[in-house]
Amino acid sequence: MKNAAQNAISATSGVLRTLGMTFMHSFRKRDTIMYPEEQPYLPPRYRGRIVLTRDPDGAERCVACNLCSVACPVDCISVVKTEDETGRWYPESFRINFSRCIYCGFCEEACPTYAIQLTPDFEMGEFDRQQMVYEKSDLLISGVGKRPGYNFYRVAGMAVGGKDKGAAENEAEPIDIKTLLP
Amino acid sequence: MIFGLSEHDIISIGLTAIRTLVILLGSVLVAAMMIWVERRLLGLWQDRYGPNRVGPFGLLQVVADMIKIFFKEDWIPPFADKAVFVVAPAIIMLTSMLAFAVIPFTPTWTVVNLNVGILFLLAMSSLGVYSVIFAGWASDNKYALLGAMRTAAQMISYEVFMGLSLLGVVLLAGSFNLGVIVESQRGMWNVIPQFPAFVIFFLAGCAEIHRAPFDLPEAEQELTSGYHTEYSGMKFGMFFVGEYLGIVLISCLVTTLFFGGWLGPWLPGFVWFALKAGFFMCFFILLRAATVRPRYDQLMAFGWKVLLPIAIINVAITGAIVVAQS
Ligand code: SF4
Ligand code: SF4
Repeated sequence: MKNAAQNAISATSGVLRTLGMTFMHSFRKRDTIMYPEEQPYLPPRYRGRIVLTRDPDGAERCVACNLCSVACPVDCISVVKTEDETGRWYPESFRINFSRCIYCGFCEEACPTYAIQLTPDFEMGEFDRQQMVYEKSDLLISGVGKRPGYNFYRVAGMAVGGKDKGAAENEAEPIDIKTLLP
Repeated sequence: MIFGLSEHDIISIGLTAIRTLVILLGSVLVAAMMIWVERRLLGLWQDRYGPNRVGPFGLLQVVADMIKIFFKEDWIPPFADKAVFVVAPAIIMLTSMLAFAVIPFTPTWTVVNLNVGILFLLAMSSLGVYSVIFAGWASDNKYALLGAMRTAAQMISYEVFMGLSLLGVVLLAGSFNLGVIVESQRGMWNVIPQFPAFVIFFLAGCAEIHRAPFDLPEAEQELTSGYHTEYSGMKFGMFFVGEYLGIVLISCLVTTLFFGGWLGPWLPGFVWFALKAGFFMCFFILLRAATVRPRYDQLMAFGWKVLLPIAIINVAITGAIVVAQS
């Protein structure tokens, strides 16, 4: 009997307490952001619309290695390679189908040259599905994105137009393995 | 003289017809607005906004939803029992709207002044069970049937305490007539001498219109949505509005039976009635925002083991006091 009374009291007060606590929420600040009048703050590393960046010299960073395309879980990147006369690789076409992209950022992680980057912009709605396919001209921006100062060929040991082996930053002269001299 | 009616009769019939229409439309309109009020208030209590885009304060959201629901495909499953399936949603609307007939909004604004008003109300709310059972049965769907079964058990059990809790009020007023009951509260609102009855009636009313926390019949998480799983379009809309009509009805009843209906100082009667009823409608929403759904056996045990004894004791004590006083 005593137990039952205790139970009844604790149950009743529990319900009344939750009612009161819920009611007190009337005076709290609301969490909703009134988009689009009020824009939400998106951190710089937010994964939104994908761009192709350029190196500090203004050349395209992408070397058409297709690593992003391979890493993409939904196979929405299509890259076609081409070369300039010095042997440097370029993408002839670079196409991302944003109606399939899941904004996972794997492409950004896979890219050896920091060319492909995700940006804090998500307002990409379209009425026509075909409009969601972005070509290279839509993707390429004229800045360095999140990686200022990085130029792949300046640090890579590859011989490419105007730069020989051993000429990159922090790179030693190549060793001639066929000679006996020190 | 037309059809043996004097001019006076015709005018009074016309007035009653107009009054009926106003009350009917008014109650359905309030029920529809309740959908918006509920969404806004739930939003408030969950630290968000709720619908606020269509029209001022999102008020026209209801209109937009109504237009949408009218143009939706009204699909009847091929395996359903067609006639019963169609009738079911009409029943709940009908019984809820009929119940409004006996509620005295002000001393003069009531459709019929029945001597057995309370019995009529209880009868109407019991008939509402048919709607749910028909819907669940005709849908030929196990979730719908389970939901309907739960509803039947829940509504029939809670009907008992609902009736019993009202007996105290009836004893105090000495009448089943709702108008007389309101008048009997001139000195003191019934909620004070009949507090246990008020609590029981409120809980039973909550269970009767299967509102949260007693919304087991349509527990979305376990039964998809219970008895109206197979319903779509305006038939679903009728269940939906019927449910909100139920909230309005129970709030009006609590006001009438326990909180002195239209009685109150300074303001006109109807304003008092609306204020009190509105308060309880909001309280129903707060209840939904705050409480969790009990298990089915807990619901039954609570009803039969707790509410029933309290209701009976309340009737016995009230009866003894009334007899002693007379
Ligand atoms: S973000 Fe993910 S899904 Fe989108 S292109 Fe990159 S790898 Fe593919
Ligand atoms: S964006 Fe990066 S990973 Fe993709 S092809 Fe170009 S260089 Fe390779």
